[in-house]
Order: sequence, then structure tokens, then C-alpha cells
Amino acid sequence: MSSEETTNVQVIPADKAKIKHIWTVAGILGFITTLEFIVAFTISTGMLKLSIFVVMTIVKAAYIVGEFMHLKHESKVLMWSILLPMIFVVWMLIAFRYEAGAILDLRGW
Amino acid sequence: MSTATTEISSKTSIWSGGQSPFNISYGKLMMWFFLLSDAFTFSALLVTYGMVRYSHTAYDPSVHGEFVFSQSYWPIPEKVFEAVPFLHGVSLPLVFVGIMTFILIMSSVTMVLAVEAGHRMDKKAVQKWMLWTIIGGLVFLGCQAWEWTHFIVGTGGGGASLSWNEYGPPDFAALFFFITGFHGTHVLSGVLLNFLIYYRTVTGMYERRGHYEMVEKVGLYWHFVDLVWVFVFTFFYLI
Repeated sequence: MSSEETTNVQVIPADKAKIKHIWTVAGILGFITTLEFIVAFTISTGMLKLSIFVVMTIVKAAYIVGEFMHLKHESKVLMWSILLPMIFVVWMLIAFRYEAGAILDLRGW
Repeated sequence: MSTATTEISSKTSIWSGGQSPFNISYGKLMMWFFLLSDAFTFSALLVTYGMVRYSHTAYDPSVHGEFVFSQSYWPIPEKVFEAVPFLHGVSLPLVFVGIMTFILIMSSVTMVLAVEAGHRMDKKAVQKWMLWTIIGGLVFLGCQAWEWTHFIVGTGGGGASLSWNEYGPPDFAALFFFITGFHGTHVLSGVLLNFLIYYRTVTGMYERRGHYEMVEKVGLYWHFVDLVWVFVFTFFYLI
């Protein structure tokens, strides 16, 4: 029974270019992580370091969501349905960061 | 009559019915919406971290002098997370979390390769790559367990609990447990789902079904877990 099923299934040979693309994205993710690691110990704490980290994180996230999760190649409606709601998160992040400064002032430490 | 029909159909949009506007299966669409809601949950935790951290005094060398663990300012993560298994007493800041990040990225890569193999109905390759993905997940969980143990036991100053810790203000440890713990729970459920998919691949369930879409759906979840770690790595450990 099982041998009969196996013979019925057609295994399509792997597309070399596709596999290579996957490993390229993996290489980019690994490279950025290494770069983050270097930045962590070479640039002093401040706005510049923070910005570099945020940009690198967004680039990594874009590769994971766009390529690995395939969102870049889905319909545009789906892509924006997922990405646009995240604007609320960005707003929340900024609002609460601002609020934190006010709380610190009030505490008077 | 026929011209009227043509006119109507040319004015209809993809939202007029009769076709899927998202051009994706129901299961994958629902997985995407679930992941969006899960992203909100993780965002809430990370925004909370940002707010709590910046409502505490930051460490400033010109005010506080040399860095020591103190309750009066927020600790620098690289001073807290500097231990690596088998290298006791050696200061290797962030090396271990760096390794953990690589492990999770690699298991995400093997998952993409499993999905790719599924598209080609290549059962053997799906099995192989799913197994690697499961191993990656388990190794990550092992690292997490070691990290937690080290954090809780501490370095001689009493360690950490939800209400107190030797590294800095109480909220520091509480947020560490909540954020990495919530992520770790996701990794654990991801490993269980991956195992289920692996098992069903081995028994030939998907081959009989004629497609490996379940690998794709669980794959989306697994990539999301990796994605969250990318953000945790930056916002908790690097900044």
C-alpha cells in the first residue's frame, strides 16, 4: 500500500536559484547580527548607537517577514493589512517613552 | 446583452465577490491575523520595558562613577549578561545571547528549506529540514534554561526573583522574566507544533493529502518566533 503511494507522488527537483536565495538571506541576517555585535562594543552609548540598532533591527525584520514569511510576494492588500496596524505600535512606543521621561521628572530621583 | 455584461465586470473590483481578494488560503490568512495579534502582545511587553526603563535613572559615569550593580540606576545589559557555559569567571558580554540569536536564525532557515521541499512534494527533504528545525528550537530552549538559571542564581549577590534582584531595580528582573519567558513559551509551543508536523510528514499524512500547506502555516509561526527574538535581542540586550 505504502509503496504504491510513494510511486504515485512526483517529486519535483529543487530549483538551485531558489535555494541559493534562501542562503543569501540567511547570510545577510547573520552578517547584520555580527555587525550589531561589533557596534555594541565600538560606539559609545547615545542617539547614534540607538539609531543604528533600530535601523539594523528593521532591516532584519524586513528580511524575515518579506522573504522567509513570504509577505513581500503575497498580494499587496494582505501586506498592508499586516503592516499598517503596526503603526499603532510605533505611536505607542513614542508616547510611552515620552511619558517615562515625565514620570522620572516627577519622581525627582 | 453581452456588452452590458462586459461593462459590469470591468467595473467590479476584487472585493465584489467571487474571488479571494487576499489570494491566499483561509488557514494561512488566519495564521497571519493571529500573528498580528500576537505581535501586539509582544509590542505591549516591549513598550512596557521602554517605559519602565526610562522612568528609572540611567547610569551615567560622570555621576555614578565606575559601574557596579546598584538599586539606584538601571543596569547596563552587557554587564549583566556576560557569562557563557563552561567558561566560568570569564567576562564575555553578550556572547551567549549572540550565539542564541544565530541558533534561532539558523532554525528559521531550515524551516524555509522545509517549506520549499514541501512545495516540491519531497517528503524526505521535508523530514530532514523539519528535524533540523526541531533540534535548533530545542538547543535554543536549552540555552534559555541555562540563561535563566544563571540569572536566578546570580553571581554571589543573591540572584534574582520577580520582586528583587542583585543587578538593579526590581522591575529589571521582572521584565526579564516576562519578556524572555513569554518568548520562551512561544518557542516551546513552536517546537511542539514542529514535532507534530514532522510526525505527520513521516507517517505520510501530507503526501496522501497532496500538499504540505501545514508546514507553511507552522512555518509562519516559527519565523514569527524568530522575528520576536530579533526585537528582544535589540531592545533588551543591546540598547
